[in-house]
Amino acid sequence: MVAARTITTLIINKQGPADLPALFFSAENRKPKSLYSNLLAGASTGNLKDMQKFMAADDVAQTVRQISQQILTAGELMAGGPLALVGIRRRGEILAQRIAAAIYTETNRTLEVGALDITMYRDDVVGNRSIIIPMGTEMNFRIDDRPVLLLDDVLHTGRSVRAALDALVDFGRPRFIRLAVLVDRGGREFPISADFVGRRLEVPDKSRVRVSLKPIDSDDAVFVESTTPATGGDSR
Amino acid sequence: MTQSTTWTRPHLLTLEELSREEIFVVLDTAQALKEVSTRSIKKVPALRGKVVVNLFFEDSTRTRTSFRLAAQRMSADVVDFSVSTSSVSKGETLVDTARSIVAMGVDAIIIRHRSSGAPEVLSRLVQCSVINAGDGSHEHPTQGLLDLFTMREACERRGKKISDLHVAIVGDIANSRVARSNLWALSKLGAKVTLVGPTTLCPSAFAEFGARVTHDLDSILGEVDVINMLRVQFERLTSAAFPSVREYSRYFGLNEERLKRCRKDVLVLHPGPMNRGLEITSAVADGEKSAILRQVSNGLAVRMAVLYLCIGAGSFQNNDS
Repeated sequence: MVAARTITTLIINKQGPADLPALFFSAENRKPKSLYSNLLAGASTGNLKDMQKFMAADDVAQTVRQISQQILTAGELMAGGPLALVGIRRRGEILAQRIAAAIYTETNRTLEVGALDITMYRDDVVGNRSIIIPMGTEMNFRIDDRPVLLLDDVLHTGRSVRAALDALVDFGRPRFIRLAVLVDRGGREFPISADFVGRRLEVPDKSRVRVSLKPIDSDDAVFVESTTPATGGDSR
Repeated sequence: MTQSTTWTRPHLLTLEELSREEIFVVLDTAQALKEVSTRSIKKVPALRGKVVVNLFFEDSTRTRTSFRLAAQRMSADVVDFSVSTSSVSKGETLVDTARSIVAMGVDAIIIRHRSSGAPEVLSRLVQCSVINAGDGSHEHPTQGLLDLFTMREACERRGKKISDLHVAIVGDIANSRVARSNLWALSKLGAKVTLVGPTTLCPSAFAEFGARVTHDLDSILGEVDVINMLRVQFERLTSAAFPSVREYSRYFGLNEERLKRCRKDVLVLHPGPMNRGLEITSAVADGEKSAILRQVSNGLAVRMAVLYLCIGAGSFQNNDS
């Protein structure tokens, strides 16, 4: 059985980021199981029982500003020709737009923003999963010989980024490509790392990190969702 | 754009069996894939390592080429299999031919056959995806889908929906698989359909499918948004269905004079190949209301979508079991 990939409506936990246990930032001494029980203990009933808010709206906004600052101070990105921001659909695209807006506010510079659909480049597009309906790539500019900053919401296995790199080079030959993500959650399966990271967090492999961003979602937030254990016995 | 529901069919046999939502899944996927053909590298790796066979028992250049290009743009390997070069001319049956092709390890068969229902029979006997590229006078689902796609594109430019449209399908309705596929799809999507043709080729029994039937083209010209002109299929006409080609052209041909009486934003479609001067004049076919060449390029995107969806669903189900 394959879990549906479409993001269901997220129910916003009222708990603020300050209430979060610090274990997200330093999980090295903790076993996944204790993290599970913490998550479960902190959450209420119903759909919320396995979902914990990791970043709230103001936290997301702050992180976006911080990434934008990093991009501006990284000289090579702004000096190597007109920088293009390319977001992986769908939430990477929103992130790209937010960062472009932040950079415009800061410097009055307008950056071109594209949206990349990587569906046709995924290594699991045909095979062991249900069909993904593609949304299409929208990039109304050439990427040849200019710096490209690729953006995604969550960096996990690195497979999406691999697909995105393959997709990008089908559109041209950028001078170089850098990667920025809102959240790096670890768990890499491919030798890929991000150049700009909003927040790092360590969660058990089976947990899911979900980013919600307006206008796709009802609010800006980052959630950690632990997969409900198959037997359900021990984590209760 | 709304989030589409999913797709689970390994075969595309008819539009009759598709739901409204499934039709939109194909159209949305085609919309997303259309961009691939505008790049300098016109290829995506989605169907790498998959094998697609074009099994055409009837003549076709456009549909066969379109399917072939579509498969190649999705990175599948394509084998063209045509009657004249095959053992079919030595008397092999359809099923034996198909089974021996499948035994070579193919993922999809695209079939065109003179008998209605041949793709359906095949789909029950082979393990791979079967895509109907036209069966007798039954259906031509990808043509129906590309017509819809072209109409939807025109709608978007005009701020309309398909359900707002009144579509006239003109010509040899009785023998036309294009007419049937269009009729099924358009009625599912809520469009109003009027079938137009001589009494011999446009039986009033079609009213049972929810369409209006008229034998007077001039009476509906002013009220339709789309005119889909069908080809007069001389190869399917067994007896004299109309007294003369000139008479047909005079009553049912689309010429400039008739076009002037249409709405300003009317869209003219033709599935091709055209009999210029018979059902459509050159001035209309090459004029600004004509979407005939857009239909051809949209056909490519629609067939890429169909291959992706059907082969994807087929692989998923095979691996799952």
